[in-house]
Amino acid sequence: MTSQPVSGAALNPRLQEIVDDFGDVPDKDRLQLLLEFSQDLPPLPERYAAHRDRMEPVPECQTPLFLAVEVEPDQVVHLYFDAPPEAPTTRGFAAILHAGLDGLDADEVLATPPEFSSQLGLADLVSPLRLRGMAAMLSRIKRQVREQQAGPQAQ
Amino acid sequence: MALPTDPAPKFQEYAHPEMIVSTQWVADHLGDPGLVVAESDEDVLLYETGHVPGAVKLDWHTELNDPVTRDYVDGAGFARLMSDKGISRDTTLVLYGDKNNWWAAYALWVCSLFGHPDLRLMDGGRAKWIAEGRPVSTDTPKPAPADYPDIARDDAHIRAFKDQVLAHFGQPMIDVRSPGEYSGELLHMPDYPQEGALRGGHIPGAKSVPWARAAAEDATFRTRAELEAIYQGEAGLSPDDDVVVYCRIGERSSHTWFVLQHLLGFGHVRNYDGSWTEWGNSVRVPITRGTSP
Repeated sequence: MTSQPVSGAALNPRLQEIVDDFGDVPDKDRLQLLLEFSQDLPPLPERYAAHRDRMEPVPECQTPLFLAVEVEPDQVVHLYFDAPPEAPTTRGFAAILHAGLDGLDADEVLATPPEFSSQLGLADLVSPLRLRGMAAMLSRIKRQVREQQAGPQAQ
Repeated sequence: MALPTDPAPKFQEYAHPEMIVSTQWVADHLGDPGLVVAESDEDVLLYETGHVPGAVKLDWHTELNDPVTRDYVDGAGFARLMSDKGISRDTTLVLYGDKNNWWAAYALWVCSLFGHPDLRLMDGGRAKWIAEGRPVSTDTPKPAPADYPDIARDDAHIRAFKDQVLAHFGQPMIDVRSPGEYSGELLHMPDYPQEGALRGGHIPGAKSVPWARAAAEDATFRTRAELEAIYQGEAGLSPDDDVVVYCRIGERSSHTWFVLQHLLGFGHVRNYDGSWTEWGNSVRVPITRGTSP
């Protein structure tokens, strides 16, 4: 695994605000904040709700999560996630990525540091194993963005 | 001191009916002095979304494990944890959780390493409680710290280490993982994260009895007669056997450990908690691939 220095990697302002929000609350309230994120994960649009097969499974998450990425012609990225209500941690991770990346330009999404999730201060509260799912979601989002930038034939 | 046992006829068939209670029993006894109900889940936030009213949270990853060494907390750490949850040595501790009580059974097994006298599982776990439309609460109890003694962990009787498993060859072993993990086609549970085993397969001689065989559709345990047919019939185990059970990290095998030790009354069952994440990464330990033991 390649490791890059976390400190040198800049976050986009929305992700930085989320990191700051997590950093500003004491340990005990940080889980509560993650829970609030999980409750705010937008529902799937009909075109995915009825067609789960158009989404990519993320087996690295403890509970199966499904993900769809759309890059519009003007390079704006949209993200869609689906995880069951019995998996609030996974939903919370997805909601953080949605709040931090949905609607940004493809290049901004691709510039997200892979270790971003380690800056949320959740490792001790959630366990590093559980956090691994968020890094996997991010790497799959970036791969899909790159594939769609390369053109429809690459999808 | 200890609360009464659950008189449900199904439980009276089991070897140790005092180790299991129904959702109805829990509903009837919530708030009784001397009772603590604890939820132990795979998902670390599930408790926060709503839990049995008055239940405390007991997290396997972040509370029962030592944060540095791959091991459980020591006697002092366990005493501190129990005290924080308002549990004293004479508390009746009822555990339940998600995923067919995997993590609740795991927590019960860890509490057994410290010999907590009165431990019980709630049959059917969280899913059954919710399916029955029983109340849930998001209020987190703030128990007054209890006195809990520093008891040395006893790893000798219900826990097996790798060297002991190597010495156990030729005696009964049960691999409770999915058939694909057993045969070596899969290195991890279907749809679950890769938890880093370099080799696939099973421990030579181990028979495959996936944990889910012991669970009914509603996550409750199967009846004594059904369990006997599986473990004593099909798998050929005998209650006086020395049995080792394992899975991937020891949580699913805690479920089977509970079945053999407490529901069927086997005298000597050890959970190899190193399980496949240790065995599948160890240098020069023998491994068998395929569907035969």
